[in-house]
Amino acid sequence: MTALLQTNDLTLAFGGLVVANGINFSLEEGERLAVIGQNGAGKTTFINICTGLIKPNKGRVSLSGQDITGQSPRKIVKQGMARSFQLPQLFLEHTVRECLQLSAVARSGSLSSWSLLSGGSRAIEIDRMLDLISLRDRQDELCINLPEGQRKLLDVGMSLMLEPKLLILDEPTSGVSTEEKHGVMEILMHALDEQKVTAIFVEHDVDIVKRYATRVAAWISGAIAADGTPASVLNNPLIQREVLGE
Amino acid sequence: MRPLLLNIAAVVVVLGLASAFPWLKIPLILSLCYGLAALGIVVLLKAGQISFGHAMYACISGYAVAFLGRQFPSADGVLLVVAGTLASVIAGMLIGAFVVRYREIFFGMLNLAISMVLFTILGKFYSVTGGTDGLRINRPTLFGAQLSRDPFEIVLLVLVLAISLVAIWGVQRYFLSSGGQALAAIKTNETRLEYLGVSAKKVLWKGYVLSASLCGLSGALFGLSQGLVTPEMGYWLRSGEFVFIAILGGAGHAVGAFVGALIYEFLKMYAAALVSGSWQMVLGAILIVIIYFLPKGITGLINRRKRLGGGAV
Repeated sequence: MTALLQTNDLTLAFGGLVVANGINFSLEEGERLAVIGQNGAGKTTFINICTGLIKPNKGRVSLSGQDITGQSPRKIVKQGMARSFQLPQLFLEHTVRECLQLSAVARSGSLSSWSLLSGGSRAIEIDRMLDLISLRDRQDELCINLPEGQRKLLDVGMSLMLEPKLLILDEPTSGVSTEEKHGVMEILMHALDEQKVTAIFVEHDVDIVKRYATRVAAWISGAIAADGTPASVLNNPLIQREVLGE
Repeated sequence: MRPLLLNIAAVVVVLGLASAFPWLKIPLILSLCYGLAALGIVVLLKAGQISFGHAMYACISGYAVAFLGRQFPSADGVLLVVAGTLASVIAGMLIGAFVVRYREIFFGMLNLAISMVLFTILGKFYSVTGGTDGLRINRPTLFGAQLSRDPFEIVLLVLVLAISLVAIWGVQRYFLSSGGQALAAIKTNETRLEYLGVSAKKVLWKGYVLSASLCGLSGALFGLSQGLVTPEMGYWLRSGEFVFIAILGGAGHAVGAFVGALIYEFLKMYAAALVSGSWQMVLGAILIVIIYFLPKGITGLINRRKRLGGGAV
Protein backbone atom coordinates (compact mmCIF):
# COMPACT_ATOMS: atom_id res chain seq x y z
CA MET A 1 0.00 0.00 0.00
CA THR A 2 1.34 3.45 -0.81
CA ALA A 3 1.75 5.81 2.12
CA LEU A 4 -0.62 8.76 2.26
CA LEU A 5 2.21 11.22 2.75
CA GLN A 6 5.83 10.42 2.11
CA THR A 7 8.97 12.52 2.11
CA ASN A 8 12.37 11.42 0.87
CA ASP A 9 15.56 13.15 1.91
CA LEU A 10 13.80 16.49 2.39
CA THR A 11 16.47 19.13 2.83
CA LEU A 12 16.31 22.89 3.27
CA ALA A 13 18.82 25.37 4.62
CA PHE A 14 18.57 29.13 5.06
CA GLY A 15 22.24 30.02 4.60
CA GLY A 16 24.06 28.07 7.29
CA LEU A 17 20.93 27.24 9.23
CA VAL A 18 19.68 23.78 8.34
CA VAL A 19 15.94 23.64 8.99
CA ALA A 20 15.23 20.33 7.30
CA ASN A 21 18.03 17.83 7.35
CA GLY A 22 17.26 14.95 5.03
CA ILE A 23 13.85 14.05 6.40
CA ASN A 24 12.54 10.61 5.46
CA PHE A 25 9.05 10.18 6.72
CA SER A 26 5.87 8.40 5.86
CA LEU A 27 2.33 8.50 7.12
CA GLU A 28 -0.38 5.91 6.67
CA GLU A 29 -4.06 6.51 6.31
CA GLY A 30 -5.95 6.77 9.59
CA GLU A 31 -3.03 7.89 11.71
CA ARG A 32 -3.11 10.79 14.17
CA LEU A 33 0.44 11.97 14.26
CA ALA A 34 1.58 14.49 16.86
CA VAL A 35 4.65 16.49 15.94
CA ILE A 36 6.61 17.77 18.90
CA GLY A 37 9.80 19.77 19.20
CA GLN A 38 11.29 22.94 20.62
CA ASN A 39 10.68 26.25 18.90
CA GLY A 40 12.93 26.45 15.86
CA ALA A 41 13.30 22.69 15.56
CA GLY A 42 11.79 22.80 12.06
CA LYS A 43 8.25 21.56 12.67
CA THR A 44 6.47 24.38 10.91
CA THR A 45 9.09 24.39 8.15
CA PHE A 46 8.33 20.74 7.54
CA ILE A 47 4.63 21.55 7.25
CA ASN A 48 5.31 24.52 5.03
CA ILE A 49 7.36 22.37 2.66
CA CYS A 50 4.71 19.63 2.56
CA THR A 51 1.90 22.10 1.87
CA GLY A 52 3.82 23.98 -0.80
CA LEU A 53 4.51 27.27 0.94
CA ILE A 54 8.29 26.78 0.75
CA LYS A 55 10.28 24.78 -1.78
CA PRO A 56 12.93 22.38 -0.46
CA ASN A 57 16.54 22.53 -1.69
CA LYS A 58 16.48 18.81 -2.20
CA GLY A 59 14.17 15.86 -1.71
CA ARG A 60 10.68 14.83 -2.63
CA VAL A 61 7.21 15.01 -1.13
CA SER A 62 4.49 12.72 -2.35
CA LEU A 63 0.82 12.47 -1.53
CA SER A 64 -0.82 9.09 -2.21
CA GLY A 65 2.13 8.26 -4.44
CA GLN A 66 1.86 11.47 -6.50
CA ASP A 67 4.89 13.74 -6.50
CA ILE A 68 3.82 17.15 -5.19
CA THR A 69 7.25 18.64 -4.50
CA GLY A 70 7.34 22.36 -5.13
CA GLN A 71 3.73 22.62 -6.25
CA SER A 72 1.72 25.65 -5.13
CA PRO A 73 -0.47 25.38 -2.02
CA ARG A 74 -3.49 25.75 -4.28
CA LYS A 75 -2.62 22.68 -6.35
CA ILE A 76 -1.72 20.63 -3.29
CA VAL A 77 -5.02 21.48 -1.61
CA LYS A 78 -6.85 20.28 -4.69
CA GLN A 79 -5.06 16.93 -4.39
CA GLY A 80 -6.37 16.39 -0.90
CA MET A 81 -3.99 17.90 1.64
CA ALA A 82 -5.44 20.79 3.64
CA ARG A 83 -4.00 22.66 6.58
CA SER A 84 -5.04 24.85 9.43
CA PHE A 85 -2.89 27.56 10.90
CA GLN A 86 -1.24 28.45 14.19
CA LEU A 87 -2.81 31.87 13.77
CA PRO A 88 -6.27 31.10 12.37
CA GLN A 89 -6.56 32.37 8.81
CA LEU A 90 -10.15 33.50 8.46
CA PHE A 91 -12.03 36.00 6.34
CA LEU A 92 -12.49 38.44 9.18
CA GLU A 93 -15.17 40.54 7.50
CA HIS A 94 -17.28 37.51 6.62
CA THR A 95 -19.58 35.60 8.93
CA VAL A 96 -18.82 32.11 10.22
CA ARG A 97 -21.36 30.66 7.83
CA GLU A 98 -20.02 32.57 4.84
CA CYS A 99 -16.51 31.30 5.53
CA LEU A 100 -17.75 27.72 5.38
CA GLN A 101 -19.82 28.49 2.29
CA LEU A 102 -16.75 29.85 0.55
CA SER A 103 -14.90 26.65 1.46
CA ALA A 104 -17.69 24.52 0.07
CA VAL A 105 -17.77 26.49 -3.18
CA ALA A 106 -13.98 26.31 -3.43
CA ARG A 107 -14.04 22.53 -3.04
CA SER A 108 -16.56 22.03 -5.82
CA GLY A 109 -14.69 24.56 -7.97
CA SER A 110 -17.98 26.29 -8.69
CA LEU A 111 -16.99 29.87 -7.98
CA SER A 112 -19.44 31.94 -9.97
CA SER A 113 -19.97 35.63 -10.59
CA TRP A 114 -23.69 35.05 -10.67
CA SER A 115 -25.06 32.33 -8.39
CA LEU A 116 -25.43 33.50 -4.81
CA LEU A 117 -22.98 32.36 -2.17
CA SER A 118 -25.89 31.60 0.12
CA GLY A 119 -27.38 29.26 -2.51
CA GLY A 120 -29.60 26.61 -0.97
CA SER A 121 -27.99 23.42 -2.26
CA ARG A 122 -25.12 23.54 0.24
CA ALA A 123 -27.17 24.42 3.33
CA ILE A 124 -27.31 20.88 4.74
CA GLU A 125 -23.59 20.22 4.63
CA ILE A 126 -22.87 23.68 6.08
CA ASP A 127 -25.27 23.02 8.96
CA ARG A 128 -23.61 19.69 9.56
CA MET A 129 -20.16 21.26 9.71
CA LEU A 130 -21.42 24.02 12.01
CA ASP A 131 -22.66 21.31 14.36
CA LEU A 132 -19.41 19.37 14.11
CA ILE A 133 -17.34 22.37 15.15
CA SER A 134 -19.97 23.57 17.66
CA LEU A 135 -20.44 26.96 16.02
CA ARG A 136 -24.07 26.61 14.99
CA ASP A 137 -25.24 29.31 17.38
CA ARG A 138 -22.56 31.70 16.15
CA GLN A 139 -23.05 31.17 12.43
CA ASP A 140 -24.06 34.75 11.71
CA GLU A 141 -21.27 36.30 13.76
CA LEU A 142 -18.50 38.13 11.93
CA CYS A 143 -15.24 36.22 12.32
CA ILE A 144 -13.54 39.27 13.72
CA ASN A 145 -15.77 38.99 16.81
CA LEU A 146 -14.89 35.37 17.58
CA PRO A 147 -12.65 34.49 20.53
CA GLU A 148 -9.44 32.59 19.74
CA GLY A 149 -10.80 29.12 20.56
CA GLN A 150 -13.70 29.50 18.16
CA ARG A 151 -11.41 30.97 15.53
CA LYS A 152 -9.32 27.82 15.75
CA LEU A 153 -12.42 25.67 15.35
CA LEU A 154 -13.59 27.61 12.32
CA ASP A 155 -10.12 27.52 10.80
CA VAL A 156 -10.19 23.73 10.98
CA GLY A 157 -13.83 23.63 9.90
CA MET A 158 -12.99 25.54 6.71
CA SER A 159 -10.26 23.03 5.93
CA LEU A 160 -12.55 20.08 6.65
CA MET A 161 -15.16 21.46 4.26
CA LEU A 162 -12.62 20.74 1.53
CA GLU A 163 -12.99 17.02 2.35
CA PRO A 164 -9.24 16.45 2.45
CA LYS A 165 -7.56 13.06 2.75
CA LEU A 166 -5.00 14.58 5.07
CA LEU A 167 -5.26 17.59 7.34
CA ILE A 168 -2.27 19.22 8.95
CA LEU A 169 -3.06 21.26 12.05
CA ASP A 170 -0.37 23.70 13.10
CA GLU A 171 -0.67 24.09 16.90
CA PRO A 172 -4.44 23.77 17.16
CA THR A 173 -4.46 24.72 20.84
CA SER A 174 -1.86 27.50 20.96
CA GLY A 175 -3.36 30.76 22.14
CA VAL A 176 -6.31 28.91 23.67
CA SER A 177 -6.68 29.08 27.46
CA THR A 178 -5.76 25.97 29.44
CA GLU A 179 -9.37 25.36 30.48
CA GLU A 180 -10.57 25.47 26.88
CA LYS A 181 -7.75 23.42 25.33
CA HIS A 182 -9.23 19.99 25.92
CA GLY A 183 -12.66 21.14 24.83
CA VAL A 184 -11.27 22.45 21.54
CA MET A 185 -9.25 19.29 20.94
CA GLU A 186 -12.23 17.10 21.81
CA ILE A 187 -14.37 18.87 19.20
CA LEU A 188 -11.61 18.79 16.58
CA MET A 189 -10.80 15.12 17.02
CA HIS A 190 -14.46 14.19 16.92
CA ALA A 191 -14.83 16.18 13.69
CA LEU A 192 -11.78 14.44 12.21
CA ASP A 193 -13.22 11.05 13.12
CA GLU A 194 -16.58 11.89 11.63
CA GLN A 195 -14.97 13.06 8.40
CA LYS A 196 -12.54 10.13 8.43
CA VAL A 197 -9.57 12.41 7.91
CA THR A 198 -5.98 11.45 8.61
CA ALA A 199 -4.25 14.17 10.60
CA ILE A 200 -0.90 15.54 11.63
CA PHE A 201 -0.91 18.06 14.45
CA VAL A 202 1.89 20.11 15.88
CA GLU A 203 1.48 20.31 19.63
CA HIS A 204 3.41 21.43 22.70
CA ASP A 205 1.09 20.13 25.38
CA VAL A 206 2.19 16.61 26.42
CA ASP A 207 -1.20 15.79 27.94
CA ILE A 208 -2.90 16.48 24.65
CA VAL A 209 -0.32 14.49 22.73
CA LYS A 210 -0.78 11.50 25.05
CA ARG A 211 -4.50 11.64 24.80
CA TYR A 212 -5.11 12.16 21.10
CA ALA A 213 -2.11 10.94 19.12
CA THR A 214 -1.65 7.41 17.80
CA ARG A 215 1.91 8.22 16.86
CA VAL A 216 4.46 10.88 17.83
CA ALA A 217 7.39 12.30 15.87
CA ALA A 218 9.89 14.45 17.76
CA TRP A 219 11.91 17.08 15.88
CA ILE A 220 15.39 18.19 16.90
CA SER A 221 17.44 20.59 14.72
CA GLY A 222 15.58 19.96 11.51
CA ALA A 223 15.49 16.18 11.77
CA ILE A 224 13.23 13.53 13.27
CA ALA A 225 14.96 12.36 16.45
CA ALA A 226 12.33 9.84 17.46
CA ASP A 227 9.24 8.45 15.80
CA GLY A 228 6.87 5.84 17.22
CA THR A 229 4.05 5.25 19.63
CA PRO A 230 3.36 8.07 22.13
CA ALA A 231 4.64 5.97 25.00
CA SER A 232 7.93 5.06 23.33
CA VAL A 233 8.71 8.58 22.15
CA LEU A 234 7.64 10.42 25.29
CA ASN A 235 9.64 8.01 27.49
CA ASN A 236 12.75 8.26 25.33
CA PRO A 237 15.46 9.87 27.57
CA LEU A 238 16.83 11.98 24.68
CA ILE A 239 13.40 13.37 23.91
CA GLN A 240 12.67 13.99 27.58
CA ARG A 241 15.89 15.96 27.91
CA GLU A 242 16.00 17.82 24.59
CA VAL A 243 12.34 18.30 23.68
CA LEU A 244 10.25 18.07 26.80
CA GLY A 245 12.87 19.73 29.01
CA GLU A 246 12.32 17.36 31.88
CA MET B 1 -40.94 45.31 -3.69
CA ARG B 2 -38.81 47.96 -2.03
CA PRO B 3 -36.03 47.89 -4.63
CA LEU B 4 -38.63 48.33 -7.36
CA LEU B 5 -40.09 51.35 -5.58
CA LEU B 6 -36.61 52.82 -5.13
CA ASN B 7 -35.88 52.31 -8.82
CA ILE B 8 -39.11 54.03 -9.79
CA ALA B 9 -38.35 56.84 -7.38
CA ALA B 10 -34.87 57.27 -8.91
CA VAL B 11 -36.32 57.42 -12.42
CA VAL B 12 -39.01 59.90 -11.40
CA VAL B 13 -36.57 62.17 -9.55
CA VAL B 14 -33.95 62.20 -12.31
CA LEU B 15 -36.36 62.63 -15.20
CA GLY B 16 -38.48 65.07 -13.18
CA LEU B 17 -35.46 67.25 -12.47
CA ALA B 18 -34.39 67.09 -16.11
CA SER B 19 -37.80 68.21 -17.40
CA ALA B 20 -38.26 70.92 -14.73
CA PHE B 21 -34.75 72.31 -15.30
CA PRO B 22 -33.64 71.48 -18.85
CA TRP B 23 -30.12 72.79 -18.15
CA LEU B 24 -29.75 69.97 -15.62
CA LYS B 25 -29.76 67.28 -18.31
CA ILE B 26 -26.03 67.40 -19.01
CA PRO B 27 -24.95 67.62 -15.33
CA LEU B 28 -27.20 64.64 -14.63
CA ILE B 29 -25.78 62.63 -17.54
CA LEU B 30 -22.26 63.47 -16.40
CA SER B 31 -23.06 62.53 -12.79
CA LEU B 32 -24.36 59.16 -13.88
CA CYS B 33 -21.31 58.62 -16.09
CA TYR B 34 -19.07 59.44 -13.13
CA GLY B 35 -21.20 57.10 -11.03
CA LEU B 36 -20.62 54.22 -13.46
CA ALA B 37 -16.87 54.78 -13.37
CA ALA B 38 -16.86 55.12 -9.57
CA LEU B 39 -18.81 51.86 -9.41
CA GLY B 40 -15.84 50.29 -11.20
CA ILE B 41 -13.60 51.62 -8.44
CA VAL B 42 -16.01 50.29 -5.80
CA VAL B 43 -15.58 46.78 -7.26
CA LEU B 44 -11.83 47.07 -6.64
CA LEU B 45 -12.40 48.56 -3.18
CA LYS B 46 -14.27 45.37 -2.31
CA ALA B 47 -10.99 43.53 -2.79
CA GLY B 48 -9.21 46.17 -0.73
CA GLN B 49 -7.45 47.51 -3.82
CA ILE B 50 -7.44 50.97 -5.30
CA SER B 51 -6.47 52.12 -8.77
CA PHE B 52 -5.22 55.59 -9.60
CA GLY B 53 -5.38 54.91 -13.31
CA HIS B 54 -8.84 53.69 -14.10
CA ALA B 55 -9.73 56.77 -16.13
CA MET B 56 -7.67 55.09 -18.86
CA TYR B 57 -10.53 52.65 -19.45
CA ALA B 58 -13.01 55.49 -19.85
CA CYS B 59 -10.51 57.09 -22.21
CA ILE B 60 -9.91 53.93 -24.26
CA SER B 61 -13.63 53.48 -24.65
CA GLY B 62 -14.20 57.14 -25.52
CA TYR B 63 -11.51 57.08 -28.21
CA ALA B 64 -12.85 53.80 -29.57
CA VAL B 65 -16.24 55.51 -29.97
CA ALA B 66 -14.60 58.47 -31.70
CA PHE B 67 -12.54 56.32 -34.09
CA LEU B 68 -15.47 54.10 -34.97
CA GLY B 69 -17.80 57.07 -35.31
CA ARG B 70 -15.41 58.53 -37.93
CA GLN B 71 -14.90 55.24 -39.69
CA PHE B 72 -18.58 54.36 -39.78
CA PRO B 73 -20.58 57.62 -39.69
CA SER B 74 -23.87 55.75 -39.94
CA ALA B 75 -23.19 53.56 -36.87
CA ASP B 76 -25.83 53.92 -34.17
CA GLY B 77 -24.88 55.51 -30.84
CA VAL B 78 -25.90 52.40 -28.90
CA LEU B 79 -23.66 50.27 -31.09
CA LEU B 80 -20.79 52.70 -30.50
CA VAL B 81 -21.29 52.44 -26.73
CA VAL B 82 -21.19 48.65 -26.95
CA ALA B 83 -18.06 48.72 -29.12
CA GLY B 84 -16.33 51.27 -26.89
CA THR B 85 -17.06 49.23 -23.79
CA LEU B 86 -15.80 46.12 -25.53
CA ALA B 87 -12.52 47.91 -26.28
CA SER B 88 -11.99 48.69 -22.60
CA VAL B 89 -12.96 45.14 -21.63
CA ILE B 90 -10.23 43.79 -23.89
CA ALA B 91 -7.76 46.36 -22.54
CA GLY B 92 -8.82 45.44 -19.00
CA MET B 93 -8.24 41.75 -19.70
CA LEU B 94 -4.72 42.37 -20.97
CA ILE B 95 -3.61 44.99 -18.46
CA GLY B 96 -5.43 43.13 -15.68
CA ALA B 97 -3.48 39.94 -16.34
CA PHE B 98 -0.36 41.91 -15.48
CA VAL B 99 -1.48 44.16 -12.60
CA VAL B 100 -3.41 41.56 -10.57
CA ARG B 101 -0.04 40.14 -9.53
CA TYR B 102 0.42 43.22 -7.37
CA ARG B 103 -1.40 44.60 -4.36
CA GLU B 104 -2.11 47.87 -2.66
CA ILE B 105 0.29 50.73 -3.42
CA PHE B 106 2.00 48.77 -6.22
CA PHE B 107 -1.34 47.91 -7.77
CA GLY B 108 -2.48 51.53 -7.54
CA MET B 109 0.72 53.01 -8.93
CA LEU B 110 1.06 50.49 -11.77
CA ASN B 111 -2.40 51.40 -12.97
CA LEU B 112 -1.44 55.05 -12.70
CA ALA B 113 1.76 54.46 -14.68
CA ILE B 114 -0.02 52.63 -17.49
CA SER B 115 -2.70 55.31 -17.67
CA MET B 116 -0.03 58.02 -17.98
CA VAL B 117 1.64 56.16 -20.84
CA LEU B 118 -1.72 56.13 -22.62
CA PHE B 119 -2.28 59.81 -21.82
CA THR B 120 1.08 60.73 -23.32
CA ILE B 121 0.57 58.62 -26.44
CA LEU B 122 -2.81 60.23 -27.06
CA GLY B 123 -1.32 63.69 -26.62
CA LYS B 124 1.68 63.13 -28.90
CA PHE B 125 0.34 61.21 -31.89
CA TYR B 126 -1.41 64.22 -33.34
CA SER B 127 -2.11 62.76 -36.76
CA VAL B 128 -4.01 59.79 -35.36
CA THR B 129 -5.44 61.02 -32.07
CA GLY B 130 -5.83 64.72 -32.68
CA GLY B 131 -3.27 65.40 -29.95
CA THR B 132 -4.33 67.39 -26.92
CA ASP B 133 -7.29 68.82 -28.87
CA GLY B 134 -8.78 65.35 -29.00
CA LEU B 135 -11.32 64.07 -31.47
CA ARG B 136 -14.81 65.30 -32.20
CA ILE B 137 -17.67 62.81 -32.15
CA ASN B 138 -20.49 63.76 -34.51
CA ARG B 139 -23.89 63.20 -32.99
CA PRO B 140 -24.86 59.67 -34.10
CA THR B 141 -28.33 58.25 -34.43
CA LEU B 142 -29.81 56.77 -31.24
CA PHE B 143 -31.92 53.64 -31.66
CA GLY B 144 -32.02 54.46 -35.37
CA ALA B 145 -33.34 58.01 -34.97
CA GLN B 146 -31.39 61.09 -35.99
CA LEU B 147 -32.18 63.59 -33.24
CA SER B 148 -31.47 67.26 -32.73
CA ARG B 149 -29.52 68.27 -29.67
CA ASP B 150 -32.29 68.55 -27.11
CA PRO B 151 -34.11 65.27 -27.76
CA PHE B 152 -30.71 63.58 -28.18
CA GLU B 153 -29.80 64.63 -24.65
CA ILE B 154 -33.15 63.44 -23.30
CA VAL B 155 -32.79 60.00 -24.92
CA LEU B 156 -29.17 59.82 -23.79
CA LEU B 157 -30.19 60.65 -20.22
CA VAL B 158 -32.82 57.91 -20.25
CA LEU B 159 -30.28 55.49 -21.69
CA VAL B 160 -27.62 56.37 -19.11
CA LEU B 161 -30.15 56.12 -16.31
CA ALA B 162 -31.35 52.70 -17.48
CA ILE B 163 -27.77 51.45 -17.84
CA SER B 164 -26.93 52.79 -14.37
CA LEU B 165 -29.86 51.01 -12.74
CA VAL B 166 -28.97 47.74 -14.47
CA ALA B 167 -25.32 48.22 -13.45
CA ILE B 168 -26.27 48.78 -9.79
CA TRP B 169 -28.40 45.67 -9.81
CA GLY B 170 -25.82 43.56 -11.64
CA VAL B 171 -22.88 44.64 -9.50
CA GLN B 172 -24.87 44.16 -6.31
CA ARG B 173 -25.74 40.66 -7.48
CA TYR B 174 -22.06 40.02 -8.22
CA PHE B 175 -21.12 41.18 -4.71
CA LEU B 176 -23.48 38.57 -3.25
CA SER B 177 -22.29 35.78 -5.57
CA SER B 178 -19.62 33.32 -4.56
CA GLY B 179 -17.15 35.00 -6.91
CA GLY B 180 -17.93 38.41 -5.44
CA GLN B 181 -17.55 37.12 -1.89
CA ALA B 182 -14.23 35.57 -2.84
CA LEU B 183 -13.23 38.99 -4.17
CA ALA B 184 -14.07 40.50 -0.78
CA ALA B 185 -12.04 37.74 0.85
CA ILE B 186 -8.92 39.00 -0.96
CA LYS B 187 -9.17 42.06 1.25
CA THR B 188 -9.04 40.12 4.49
CA ASN B 189 -7.09 36.95 3.79
CA GLU B 190 -5.54 35.97 0.51
CA THR B 191 -3.46 33.21 2.11
CA ARG B 192 -6.57 31.38 3.20
CA LEU B 193 -8.11 31.77 -0.21
CA GLU B 194 -5.09 30.05 -1.75
CA TYR B 195 -5.32 27.30 0.88
CA LEU B 196 -8.92 26.72 -0.12
CA GLY B 197 -7.61 25.99 -3.60
CA VAL B 198 -8.82 29.28 -5.06
CA SER B 199 -6.61 31.45 -7.25
CA ALA B 200 -6.78 34.93 -5.76
CA LYS B 201 -5.27 36.35 -8.96
CA LYS B 202 -8.01 34.88 -11.07
CA VAL B 203 -10.71 36.16 -8.72
CA LEU B 204 -9.17 39.64 -8.75
CA TRP B 205 -8.73 39.52 -12.53
CA LYS B 206 -12.45 38.96 -13.03
CA GLY B 207 -13.23 41.85 -10.69
CA TYR B 208 -10.69 43.97 -12.53
CA VAL B 209 -12.24 43.29 -15.92
CA LEU B 210 -15.66 44.14 -14.50
CA SER B 211 -14.31 47.42 -13.12
CA ALA B 212 -12.64 48.22 -16.47
CA SER B 213 -15.87 47.53 -18.30
CA LEU B 214 -17.83 49.87 -16.01
CA CYS B 215 -15.28 52.62 -16.56
CA GLY B 216 -15.44 51.88 -20.28
CA LEU B 217 -19.21 52.15 -20.31
CA SER B 218 -18.86 55.45 -18.51
CA GLY B 219 -16.31 56.76 -21.01
CA ALA B 220 -18.36 55.83 -24.08
CA LEU B 221 -21.47 57.58 -22.73
CA PHE B 222 -19.40 60.53 -21.55
CA GLY B 223 -17.89 60.91 -25.02
CA LEU B 224 -21.30 60.80 -26.70
CA SER B 225 -22.74 63.40 -24.32
CA GLN B 226 -19.79 65.77 -24.82
CA GLY B 227 -19.36 65.18 -28.53
CA LEU B 228 -15.63 65.25 -27.87
CA VAL B 229 -12.91 63.06 -26.43
CA THR B 230 -9.58 64.45 -25.20
CA PRO B 231 -6.57 62.87 -23.48
CA GLU B 232 -7.76 64.62 -20.29
CA MET B 233 -10.33 61.82 -20.03
CA GLY B 234 -7.51 59.49 -19.09
CA TYR B 235 -5.45 61.90 -16.99
CA TRP B 236 -4.60 60.85 -13.44
CA LEU B 237 -6.70 63.70 -12.04
CA ARG B 238 -9.76 62.08 -13.57
CA SER B 239 -8.79 58.73 -12.04
CA GLY B 240 -8.47 60.57 -8.74
CA GLU B 241 -11.96 61.97 -9.15
CA PHE B 242 -13.35 58.44 -9.61
CA VAL B 243 -11.61 57.35 -6.42
CA PHE B 244 -12.87 60.45 -4.60
CA ILE B 245 -16.45 59.66 -5.61
CA ALA B 246 -16.11 55.99 -4.67
CA ILE B 247 -14.86 56.95 -1.20
CA LEU B 248 -17.53 59.60 -0.84
CA GLY B 249 -20.26 57.09 -1.71
CA GLY B 250 -18.68 54.16 0.09
CA ALA B 251 -18.22 50.55 -0.93
CA GLY B 252 -21.09 49.21 1.16
CA HIS B 253 -23.59 49.13 -1.70
CA ALA B 254 -23.36 49.62 -5.45
CA VAL B 255 -25.74 52.57 -5.25
CA GLY B 256 -23.12 54.47 -3.21
CA ALA B 257 -21.09 55.30 -6.31
CA PHE B 258 -24.04 57.11 -7.85
CA VAL B 259 -25.02 58.94 -4.67
CA GLY B 260 -21.38 59.99 -4.40
CA ALA B 261 -21.28 61.08 -8.04
CA LEU B 262 -24.41 63.23 -7.76
CA ILE B 263 -23.13 64.91 -4.61
CA TYR B 264 -19.72 65.40 -6.21
CA GLU B 265 -21.03 66.89 -9.42
CA PHE B 266 -23.32 69.34 -7.65
CA LEU B 267 -20.74 70.25 -5.02
CA LYS B 268 -18.32 71.00 -7.81
CA MET B 269 -20.91 73.12 -9.58
CA TYR B 270 -21.82 75.16 -6.52
CA ALA B 271 -18.32 75.36 -5.12
CA ALA B 272 -17.15 76.66 -8.49
CA ALA B 273 -19.89 79.30 -8.44
CA LEU B 274 -19.22 80.37 -4.83
CA VAL B 275 -15.42 80.35 -4.69
CA SER B 276 -14.55 80.11 -8.33
CA GLY B 277 -10.79 80.22 -7.95
CA SER B 278 -10.47 77.63 -5.21
CA TRP B 279 -13.30 75.15 -5.54
CA GLN B 280 -10.86 72.26 -5.13
CA MET B 281 -10.26 73.49 -1.59
CA VAL B 282 -13.92 72.96 -0.74
CA LEU B 283 -13.78 69.42 -2.16
CA GLY B 284 -10.59 68.71 -0.24
CA ALA B 285 -12.15 69.85 3.02
CA ILE B 286 -15.17 67.65 2.36
CA LEU B 287 -12.97 64.62 1.66
CA ILE B 288 -11.18 65.15 4.98
CA VAL B 289 -14.51 65.34 6.80
CA ILE B 290 -15.77 62.19 5.05
CA ILE B 291 -12.66 60.17 5.84
CA TYR B 292 -12.69 61.36 9.44
CA PHE B 293 -16.35 60.94 10.27
CA LEU B 294 -17.66 58.53 7.62
CA PRO B 295 -14.79 56.21 6.74
CA LYS B 296 -17.25 53.88 5.02
CA GLY B 297 -18.81 56.68 3.00
CA ILE B 298 -22.47 57.53 2.69
CA THR B 299 -23.61 53.93 2.19
CA GLY B 300 -21.70 53.09 5.37
CA LEU B 301 -23.98 55.54 7.16
CA ILE B 302 -27.08 53.90 5.71
CA ASN B 303 -25.87 50.40 6.57
CA ARG B 304 -25.08 51.50 10.11
CA ARG B 305 -28.57 52.91 10.57
CA LYS B 306 -30.07 49.74 9.16
CA ARG B 307 -28.09 47.58 11.58
CA LEU B 308 -29.02 49.74 14.56
CA GLY B 309 -32.65 49.65 13.50
CA GLY B 310 -32.50 45.87 13.22
CA GLY B 311 -31.47 45.62 16.85
CA ALA B 312 -28.22 43.79 16.17
CA VAL B 313 -24.94 45.61 15.89
